Amino acid sequence: MNQLWTILAKDLRIEWRTKTRIFGLACYAATLLLLFAFAVGPDRRMLEAHASAYVWMSVVSVSTLLLAQSFHQEIESDALEGMLLIPVKPWAIFYGKALANTLWMLILAIFTLPIAVVLFELNPGGSPLGFSAVLVLGCAGMAAPGSLYSGLTARLASQQLMLPVLLFPLVVPTVLASVKATNLLCNGDPMGQATAWLGVLVALNLLYWSLCGFLFAKVVDE
Amino acid sequence: MSTPVIEAEALSRRFGQRWALARLDLTVNQGEKFLIVGGNGSGKTTLLRILSTALPRSLGGLKIFGKDPDSERQTIRAQSALLSHQPAIYEDLSSSENLDIVCKLAGQTPRASELLNAVGLSVRPDPVRFYSAGMRKRLAFARLLAQRPALALIDEPYGQLDPEGFDLVDDLMDRLSAGGCTVVMASHLVDRAAERCERALLLEAGQSRYLGPAVDVPKAWRVLHKGSQ
Repeated sequence: MNQLWTILAKDLRIEWRTKTRIFGLACYAATLLLLFAFAVGPDRRMLEAHASAYVWMSVVSVSTLLLAQSFHQEIESDALEGMLLIPVKPWAIFYGKALANTLWMLILAIFTLPIAVVLFELNPGGSPLGFSAVLVLGCAGMAAPGSLYSGLTARLASQQLMLPVLLFPLVVPTVLASVKATNLLCNGDPMGQATAWLGVLVALNLLYWSLCGFLFAKVVDE
Repeated sequence: MSTPVIEAEALSRRFGQRWALARLDLTVNQGEKFLIVGGNGSGKTTLLRILSTALPRSLGGLKIFGKDPDSERQTIRAQSALLSHQPAIYEDLSSSENLDIVCKLAGQTPRASELLNAVGLSVRPDPVRFYSAGMRKRLAFARLLAQRPALALIDEPYGQLDPEGFDLVDDLMDRLSAGGCTVVMASHLVDRAAERCERALLLEAGQSRYLGPAVDVPKAWRVLHKGSQ
Protein backbone atom coordinates (compact mmCIF):
# COMPACT_ATOMS: atom_id res chain seq x y z
CA MET A 1 0.00 0.00 0.00
CA ASN A 2 2.94 2.37 0.66
CA GLN A 3 3.86 2.21 -3.03
CA LEU A 4 0.30 3.12 -4.02
CA TRP A 5 0.22 6.19 -1.74
CA THR A 6 3.69 7.26 -2.92
CA ILE A 7 2.56 7.13 -6.57
CA LEU A 8 -0.69 8.95 -5.77
CA ALA A 9 1.19 11.70 -3.89
CA LYS A 10 3.75 11.94 -6.71
CA ASP A 11 1.06 12.30 -9.39
CA LEU A 12 -0.82 14.94 -7.43
CA ARG A 13 2.41 16.86 -6.82
CA ILE A 14 3.43 16.80 -10.50
CA GLU A 15 -0.03 17.96 -11.60
CA TRP A 16 0.04 20.72 -8.98
CA ARG A 17 3.48 21.84 -10.20
CA THR A 18 2.16 22.13 -13.74
CA LYS A 19 -1.13 23.73 -12.68
CA THR A 20 -1.36 25.72 -15.90
CA ARG A 21 -2.49 22.44 -17.47
CA ILE A 22 -5.34 21.84 -15.03
CA PHE A 23 -6.31 25.51 -15.36
CA GLY A 24 -6.34 25.11 -19.15
CA LEU A 25 -8.56 22.03 -18.87
CA ALA A 26 -10.97 23.91 -16.59
CA CYS A 27 -11.18 26.71 -19.17
CA TYR A 28 -11.83 24.13 -21.88
CA ALA A 29 -14.68 22.61 -19.82
CA ALA A 30 -16.21 26.08 -19.32
CA THR A 31 -15.93 26.78 -23.06
CA LEU A 32 -17.69 23.53 -23.90
CA LEU A 33 -20.59 24.40 -21.60
CA LEU A 34 -20.85 27.81 -23.24
CA LEU A 35 -20.89 26.18 -26.67
CA PHE A 36 -23.69 23.84 -25.60
CA ALA A 37 -25.67 26.83 -24.31
CA PHE A 38 -25.18 28.76 -27.55
CA ALA A 39 -25.96 25.71 -29.70
CA VAL A 40 -29.28 24.98 -27.94
CA GLY A 41 -30.33 28.62 -27.84
CA PRO A 42 -32.43 30.56 -25.33
CA ASP A 43 -34.98 27.77 -24.66
CA ARG A 44 -34.67 27.66 -20.83
CA ARG A 45 -36.80 24.51 -20.52
CA MET A 46 -34.61 22.59 -22.97
CA LEU A 47 -31.40 23.79 -21.31
CA GLU A 48 -32.62 22.82 -17.85
CA ALA A 49 -33.85 19.42 -19.01
CA HIS A 50 -30.51 18.52 -20.60
CA ALA A 51 -28.19 20.30 -18.16
CA SER A 52 -26.87 17.06 -16.67
CA ALA A 53 -25.98 15.75 -20.14
CA TYR A 54 -24.05 18.93 -20.97
CA VAL A 55 -22.13 18.78 -17.69
CA TRP A 56 -21.15 15.14 -18.15
CA MET A 57 -20.27 15.56 -21.83
CA SER A 58 -17.89 18.39 -20.95
CA VAL A 59 -16.38 16.25 -18.14
CA VAL A 60 -15.89 13.31 -20.55
CA SER A 61 -14.28 15.51 -23.21
CA VAL A 62 -11.91 17.20 -20.78
CA SER A 63 -11.08 13.88 -19.10
CA THR A 64 -9.63 12.38 -22.26
CA LEU A 65 -7.06 15.18 -22.39
CA LEU A 66 -6.30 14.77 -18.69
CA LEU A 67 -5.97 11.00 -19.02
CA ALA A 68 -3.76 11.25 -22.11
CA GLN A 69 -1.29 13.31 -20.06
CA SER A 70 -1.43 10.91 -17.14
CA PHE A 71 1.12 8.43 -18.50
CA HIS A 72 3.08 10.94 -20.56
CA GLN A 73 5.25 11.79 -17.56
CA GLU A 74 5.96 8.07 -17.04
CA ILE A 75 7.11 7.59 -20.63
CA GLU A 76 9.08 10.84 -20.97
CA SER A 77 12.28 9.40 -19.51
CA ASP A 78 11.20 5.78 -19.03
CA ALA A 79 10.11 6.35 -15.44
CA LEU A 80 7.49 3.61 -15.78
CA GLU A 81 10.14 1.00 -16.54
CA GLY A 82 12.25 2.45 -13.76
CA MET A 83 9.40 1.92 -11.31
CA LEU A 84 8.76 -1.65 -12.47
CA LEU A 85 12.45 -2.49 -12.01
CA ILE A 86 12.60 -1.16 -8.41
CA PRO A 87 10.27 -3.26 -8.28
CA VAL A 88 6.95 -1.47 -7.82
CA LYS A 89 3.91 -3.71 -8.08
CA PRO A 90 1.95 -2.94 -11.28
CA TRP A 91 -1.34 -2.80 -9.38
CA ALA A 92 0.10 -0.08 -7.12
CA ILE A 93 1.02 1.96 -10.22
CA PHE A 94 -2.46 1.52 -11.69
CA TYR A 95 -4.46 2.30 -8.56
CA GLY A 96 -2.18 5.21 -7.61
CA LYS A 97 -2.62 6.80 -11.01
CA ALA A 98 -6.35 5.97 -11.27
CA LEU A 99 -7.00 7.57 -7.87
CA ALA A 100 -5.06 10.69 -8.86
CA ASN A 101 -7.02 10.88 -12.13
CA THR A 102 -10.31 10.45 -10.24
CA LEU A 103 -9.40 13.34 -7.95
CA TRP A 104 -8.47 15.72 -10.79
CA MET A 105 -11.58 14.75 -12.79
CA LEU A 106 -13.67 15.41 -9.69
CA ILE A 107 -12.10 18.85 -9.31
CA LEU A 108 -12.85 19.62 -12.97
CA ALA A 109 -16.44 18.36 -12.58
CA ILE A 110 -16.94 20.53 -9.48
CA PHE A 111 -15.54 23.50 -11.40
CA THR A 112 -18.20 23.08 -14.11
CA LEU A 113 -21.09 23.10 -11.60
CA PRO A 114 -21.41 26.86 -10.90
CA ILE A 115 -21.20 27.50 -14.65
CA ALA A 116 -23.96 24.94 -15.27
CA VAL A 117 -26.05 26.53 -12.50
CA VAL A 118 -25.78 29.93 -14.21
CA LEU A 119 -26.17 28.75 -17.81
CA PHE A 120 -28.66 25.90 -17.44
CA GLU A 121 -30.22 26.53 -14.02
CA LEU A 122 -28.90 23.17 -12.84
CA ASN A 123 -30.11 22.59 -9.29
CA PRO A 124 -27.78 20.25 -7.43
CA GLY A 125 -28.95 21.50 -4.00
CA GLY A 126 -31.99 19.18 -3.78
CA SER A 127 -30.01 16.14 -2.71
CA PRO A 128 -26.40 17.22 -2.03
CA LEU A 129 -25.36 13.82 -0.69
CA GLY A 130 -26.78 11.91 -3.64
CA PHE A 131 -25.37 14.46 -6.07
CA SER A 132 -21.89 14.17 -4.50
CA ALA A 133 -22.11 10.38 -4.77
CA VAL A 134 -22.98 10.62 -8.49
CA LEU A 135 -20.04 12.98 -9.10
CA VAL A 136 -17.55 10.70 -7.31
CA LEU A 137 -18.87 7.48 -8.86
CA GLY A 138 -19.16 9.02 -12.33
CA CYS A 139 -15.60 10.34 -12.30
CA ALA A 140 -14.22 7.13 -10.77
CA GLY A 141 -16.11 5.04 -13.34
CA MET A 142 -14.33 6.89 -16.14
CA ALA A 143 -10.93 7.19 -14.43
CA ALA A 144 -10.38 3.43 -14.07
CA PRO A 145 -10.79 2.40 -17.74
CA GLY A 146 -9.27 5.75 -18.75
CA SER A 147 -6.11 5.08 -16.77
CA LEU A 148 -5.85 1.59 -18.26
CA TYR A 149 -6.15 2.84 -21.83
CA SER A 150 -3.91 5.80 -21.11
CA GLY A 151 -1.22 3.33 -20.03
CA LEU A 152 -1.79 1.10 -23.05
CA THR A 153 -1.66 3.96 -25.58
CA ALA A 154 1.05 6.02 -23.87
CA ARG A 155 3.78 5.04 -26.34
CA LEU A 156 1.61 5.61 -29.43
CA ALA A 157 2.27 8.71 -31.51
CA SER A 158 -1.49 8.96 -32.12
CA GLN A 159 -2.46 8.63 -28.46
CA GLN A 160 -4.63 11.78 -28.46
CA LEU A 161 -6.75 10.15 -31.16
CA MET A 162 -6.66 6.53 -30.00
CA LEU A 163 -7.56 7.18 -26.38
CA PRO A 164 -11.06 8.61 -26.99
CA VAL A 165 -11.71 6.06 -29.77
CA LEU A 166 -10.97 3.20 -27.36
CA LEU A 167 -12.35 4.80 -24.21
CA PHE A 168 -15.67 6.32 -25.25
CA PRO A 169 -17.44 3.03 -26.11
CA LEU A 170 -16.34 1.60 -22.76
CA VAL A 171 -17.60 4.52 -20.64
CA VAL A 172 -21.02 4.79 -22.31
CA PRO A 173 -22.75 2.91 -19.43
CA THR A 174 -21.04 5.15 -16.83
CA VAL A 175 -21.96 8.34 -18.70
CA LEU A 176 -25.54 7.14 -19.19
CA ALA A 177 -25.99 6.25 -15.51
CA SER A 178 -24.33 9.50 -14.39
CA VAL A 179 -26.52 11.65 -16.64
CA LYS A 180 -29.70 9.82 -15.60
CA ALA A 181 -28.91 10.00 -11.88
CA THR A 182 -27.89 13.68 -12.07
CA ASN A 183 -31.03 14.52 -14.02
CA LEU A 184 -33.28 12.78 -11.51
CA LEU A 185 -31.55 14.36 -8.51
CA CYS A 186 -31.69 17.87 -10.02
CA ASN A 187 -35.11 17.84 -11.75
CA GLY A 188 -37.12 15.70 -9.35
CA ASP A 189 -37.38 11.97 -8.80
CA PRO A 190 -41.03 11.09 -8.13
CA MET A 191 -40.50 7.35 -8.75
CA GLY A 192 -37.31 7.09 -6.68
CA GLN A 193 -35.21 5.89 -9.61
CA ALA A 194 -32.04 7.77 -8.69
CA THR A 195 -31.06 5.10 -6.16
CA ALA A 196 -31.23 2.44 -8.86
CA TRP A 197 -28.95 4.47 -11.15
CA LEU A 198 -26.56 4.99 -8.24
CA GLY A 199 -26.57 1.21 -7.80
CA VAL A 200 -25.66 0.83 -11.47
CA LEU A 201 -22.75 3.26 -10.97
CA VAL A 202 -21.53 1.31 -7.93
CA ALA A 203 -21.68 -1.95 -9.91
CA LEU A 204 -19.85 -0.42 -12.88
CA ASN A 205 -17.15 0.94 -10.59
CA LEU A 206 -16.67 -2.44 -8.91
CA LEU A 207 -16.32 -4.05 -12.34
CA TYR A 208 -13.98 -1.45 -13.82
CA TRP A 209 -11.73 -0.98 -10.79
CA SER A 210 -11.20 -4.72 -10.34
CA LEU A 211 -10.91 -5.70 -14.02
CA CYS A 212 -8.77 -2.74 -15.13
CA GLY A 213 -6.32 -3.21 -12.23
CA PHE A 214 -5.95 -6.87 -13.15
CA LEU A 215 -5.53 -6.17 -16.88
CA PHE A 216 -3.04 -3.34 -16.30
CA ALA A 217 -0.84 -5.61 -14.18
CA LYS A 218 -0.98 -8.29 -16.88
CA VAL A 219 -0.20 -5.94 -19.76
CA VAL A 220 2.46 -3.75 -18.20
CA ASP A 221 4.51 -6.59 -16.78
CA GLU A 222 4.67 -8.63 -20.00
CA MET B 1 34.68 -13.79 -5.63
CA SER B 2 33.52 -17.22 -6.75
CA THR B 3 29.76 -17.15 -6.19
CA PRO B 4 28.14 -16.66 -9.60
CA VAL B 5 25.61 -13.85 -9.74
CA ILE B 6 24.94 -14.18 -13.46
CA GLU B 7 24.93 -17.51 -15.29
CA ALA B 8 23.96 -17.36 -18.95
CA GLU B 9 24.03 -20.29 -21.34
CA ALA B 10 23.41 -19.82 -25.07
CA LEU B 11 21.56 -16.63 -24.19
CA SER B 12 19.82 -15.26 -27.29
CA ARG B 13 17.44 -12.46 -28.12
CA ARG B 14 15.73 -11.81 -31.41
CA PHE B 15 14.04 -8.62 -32.65
CA GLY B 16 11.99 -9.60 -35.68
CA GLN B 17 14.34 -11.46 -38.02
CA ARG B 18 17.52 -10.07 -36.44
CA TRP B 19 19.37 -11.76 -33.61
CA ALA B 20 20.53 -8.97 -31.27
CA LEU B 21 22.25 -11.56 -29.06
CA ALA B 22 23.22 -15.02 -30.27
CA ARG B 23 24.25 -18.01 -28.12
CA LEU B 24 26.08 -16.05 -25.45
CA ASP B 25 27.70 -17.97 -22.59
CA LEU B 26 28.60 -15.84 -19.59
CA THR B 27 29.30 -16.10 -15.89
CA VAL B 28 29.82 -13.09 -13.64
CA ASN B 29 30.80 -13.58 -10.01
CA GLN B 30 29.80 -11.69 -6.91
CA GLY B 31 31.68 -8.44 -6.34
CA GLU B 32 33.23 -8.56 -9.80
CA LYS B 33 33.49 -5.52 -12.06
CA PHE B 34 32.63 -6.78 -15.52
CA LEU B 35 32.94 -4.77 -18.72
CA ILE B 36 30.96 -5.18 -21.94
CA VAL B 37 32.37 -3.51 -25.03
CA GLY B 38 31.33 -3.48 -28.65
CA GLY B 39 30.33 -1.18 -31.47
CA ASN B 40 26.94 0.44 -31.94
CA GLY B 41 24.22 -2.19 -32.29
CA SER B 42 26.48 -4.99 -31.06
CA GLY B 43 24.01 -6.05 -28.33
CA LYS B 44 25.43 -4.37 -25.20
CA THR B 45 22.24 -2.58 -24.19
CA THR B 46 20.12 -5.62 -25.06
CA LEU B 47 22.29 -7.78 -22.82
CA LEU B 48 22.04 -5.31 -19.91
CA ARG B 49 18.27 -5.06 -20.33
CA ILE B 50 17.89 -8.85 -20.31
CA LEU B 51 20.04 -9.09 -17.19
CA SER B 52 17.88 -6.45 -15.50
CA THR B 53 14.72 -8.44 -16.47
CA ALA B 54 13.41 -5.40 -18.39
CA LEU B 55 13.52 -7.51 -21.54
CA PRO B 56 12.83 -11.25 -21.80
CA ARG B 57 15.27 -13.53 -23.60
CA SER B 58 14.18 -15.41 -26.72
CA LEU B 59 16.26 -18.55 -26.15
CA GLY B 60 18.85 -19.97 -23.79
CA GLY B 61 19.28 -20.35 -20.07
CA LEU B 62 19.71 -17.53 -17.56
CA LYS B 63 20.05 -17.49 -13.79
CA ILE B 64 20.56 -14.31 -11.79
CA PHE B 65 21.37 -14.80 -8.10
CA GLY B 66 20.62 -18.46 -8.89
CA LYS B 67 17.04 -17.55 -9.77
CA ASP B 68 15.04 -17.90 -12.97
CA PRO B 69 14.07 -14.46 -14.37
CA ASP B 70 10.81 -15.87 -15.73
CA SER B 71 9.44 -17.13 -12.44
CA GLU B 72 11.31 -15.00 -9.87
CA ARG B 73 11.51 -11.67 -11.66
CA GLN B 74 10.42 -9.58 -8.66
CA THR B 75 13.07 -11.12 -6.39
CA ILE B 76 15.79 -10.40 -8.95
CA ARG B 77 14.55 -6.84 -9.49
CA ALA B 78 14.65 -6.15 -5.75
CA GLN B 79 18.39 -6.92 -5.74
CA SER B 80 19.45 -5.28 -8.99
CA ALA B 81 19.41 -1.81 -10.52
CA LEU B 82 19.74 -0.64 -14.11
CA LEU B 83 21.19 2.68 -15.21
CA SER B 84 20.14 2.97 -18.83
CA HIS B 85 20.28 5.73 -21.43
CA GLN B 86 17.00 7.09 -20.05
CA PRO B 87 17.38 8.35 -16.47
CA ALA B 88 13.86 7.24 -15.31
CA ILE B 89 13.25 10.52 -13.49
CA TYR B 90 10.30 12.90 -13.34
CA GLU B 91 11.11 16.11 -15.18
CA ASP B 92 8.72 18.31 -13.19
CA LEU B 93 10.07 17.29 -9.77
CA SER B 94 13.30 18.35 -8.10
CA SER B 95 16.24 15.98 -7.73
CA SER B 96 15.56 15.41 -4.02
CA GLU B 97 11.87 14.74 -4.66
CA ASN B 98 12.81 12.22 -7.35
CA LEU B 99 15.23 10.42 -5.04
CA ASP B 100 12.84 10.43 -2.08
CA ILE B 101 10.21 8.79 -4.29
CA VAL B 102 12.65 6.05 -5.35
CA CYS B 103 13.65 5.44 -1.72
CA LYS B 104 10.01 5.22 -0.62
CA LEU B 105 9.07 2.91 -3.51
CA ALA B 106 12.04 0.69 -2.64
CA GLY B 107 10.86 0.58 0.98
CA GLN B 108 13.77 2.61 2.33
CA THR B 109 14.09 5.74 4.41
CA PRO B 110 14.32 8.86 2.21
CA ARG B 111 17.94 10.11 2.11
CA ALA B 112 18.06 12.45 -0.86
CA SER B 113 20.69 14.88 0.45
CA GLU B 114 23.10 12.01 1.25
CA LEU B 115 22.63 10.54 -2.24
CA LEU B 116 23.00 13.90 -3.99
CA ASN B 117 26.16 14.55 -2.01
CA ALA B 118 27.54 11.17 -3.12
CA VAL B 119 27.23 12.16 -6.80
CA GLY B 120 28.46 15.74 -6.37
CA LEU B 121 25.10 17.47 -6.71
CA SER B 122 23.65 20.01 -4.32
CA VAL B 123 20.06 20.12 -3.09
CA ARG B 124 18.17 22.43 -5.45
CA PRO B 125 14.45 23.22 -5.53
CA ASP B 126 14.18 23.63 -9.31
CA PRO B 127 12.75 20.86 -11.52
CA VAL B 128 15.08 18.36 -13.16
CA ARG B 129 13.85 19.66 -16.54
CA PHE B 130 16.34 22.53 -16.15
CA TYR B 131 19.34 20.28 -15.43
CA SER B 132 22.21 19.83 -17.87
CA ALA B 133 22.86 16.40 -19.43
CA GLY B 134 25.76 15.78 -17.05
CA MET B 135 23.72 16.68 -13.97
CA ARG B 136 20.96 14.34 -15.12
CA LYS B 137 23.52 11.57 -15.48
CA ARG B 138 24.74 12.19 -11.93
CA LEU B 139 21.14 12.13 -10.72
CA ALA B 140 20.63 8.82 -12.53
CA PHE B 141 23.64 7.46 -10.59
CA ALA B 142 22.10 8.71 -7.34
CA ARG B 143 18.88 6.92 -8.33
CA LEU B 144 20.85 3.70 -8.79
CA LEU B 145 22.54 4.12 -5.39
CA ALA B 146 19.13 4.75 -3.78
CA GLN B 147 18.15 1.19 -4.64
CA ARG B 148 21.15 -0.27 -2.72
CA PRO B 149 21.63 -2.94 -5.42
CA ALA B 150 23.57 -6.20 -5.16
CA LEU B 151 23.88 -6.13 -8.94
CA ALA B 152 24.43 -2.79 -10.72
CA LEU B 153 23.92 -2.80 -14.49
CA ILE B 154 25.29 0.40 -15.97
CA ASP B 155 24.97 1.43 -19.61
CA GLU B 156 27.57 4.01 -20.68
CA PRO B 157 28.58 5.22 -17.20
CA TYR B 158 30.84 7.97 -18.60
CA GLY B 159 28.37 9.34 -21.12
CA GLN B 160 27.61 13.12 -20.83
CA LEU B 161 29.99 13.54 -17.90
CA ASP B 162 32.92 15.95 -17.53
CA PRO B 163 36.42 14.70 -16.54
CA GLU B 164 35.59 15.23 -12.89
CA GLY B 165 32.49 13.11 -13.46
CA PHE B 166 34.65 10.32 -14.93
CA ASP B 167 36.61 10.14 -11.67
CA LEU B 168 33.39 10.22 -9.69
CA VAL B 169 32.01 7.26 -11.68
CA ASP B 170 35.23 5.28 -11.11
CA ASP B 171 35.07 6.04 -7.40
CA LEU B 172 31.38 5.08 -7.18
CA MET B 173 31.96 1.78 -8.96
CA ASP B 174 34.94 0.99 -6.71
CA ARG B 175 32.77 1.69 -3.66
CA LEU B 176 29.90 -0.42 -4.98
CA SER B 177 32.25 -3.30 -5.70
CA ALA B 178 33.98 -2.99 -2.31
CA GLY B 179 30.57 -3.28 -0.69
CA GLY B 180 29.99 -6.65 -2.39
CA CYS B 181 27.94 -5.30 -5.29
CA THR B 182 28.53 -6.88 -8.70
CA VAL B 183 29.01 -4.21 -11.36
CA VAL B 184 28.33 -4.94 -15.02
CA MET B 185 28.89 -1.98 -17.30
CA ALA B 186 28.88 -1.29 -21.01
CA SER B 187 31.17 1.44 -22.25
CA HIS B 188 32.75 2.87 -25.39
CA LEU B 189 35.66 4.25 -23.36
CA VAL B 190 37.39 0.90 -23.68
CA ASP B 191 40.83 1.82 -22.31
CA ARG B 192 39.56 3.68 -19.27
CA ALA B 193 36.89 1.12 -18.38
CA ALA B 194 39.23 -1.85 -18.96
CA GLU B 195 41.68 -0.50 -16.36
CA ARG B 196 38.97 -0.64 -13.72
CA CYS B 197 37.34 -4.00 -14.47
CA GLU B 198 38.50 -7.55 -13.84
CA ARG B 199 36.99 -9.24 -16.88
CA ALA B 200 35.46 -8.13 -20.14
CA LEU B 201 33.25 -9.33 -22.97
CA LEU B 202 33.63 -8.04 -26.52
CA LEU B 203 30.48 -8.24 -28.60
CA GLU B 204 30.06 -7.96 -32.33
CA ALA B 205 26.65 -8.36 -33.99
CA GLY B 206 25.33 -10.04 -30.86
CA GLN B 207 28.08 -12.64 -30.69
CA SER B 208 30.93 -12.99 -28.25
CA ARG B 209 34.33 -12.22 -29.85
CA TYR B 210 36.36 -12.07 -26.66
CA LEU B 211 35.77 -13.09 -23.06
CA GLY B 212 38.64 -12.82 -20.64
CA PRO B 213 40.78 -10.45 -18.58
CA ALA B 214 39.69 -6.84 -19.07
CA VAL B 215 43.27 -5.70 -19.46
CA ASP B 216 43.44 -7.45 -22.85
CA VAL B 217 40.12 -6.24 -24.25
CA PRO B 218 41.46 -2.96 -25.74
CA LYS B 219 43.79 -5.02 -27.92
CA ALA B 220 40.98 -7.39 -28.92
CA TRP B 221 38.80 -4.36 -29.71
CA ARG B 222 41.47 -2.82 -31.93
CA VAL B 223 42.11 -6.10 -33.72
CA LEU B 224 38.43 -6.53 -34.39
CA HIS B 225 37.72 -2.99 -35.57
CA LYS B 226 40.93 -1.72 -37.13
CA GLY B 227 42.76 -4.85 -38.14
CA SER B 228 45.81 -6.09 -36.23
CA GLN B 229 48.01 -3.26 -34.94
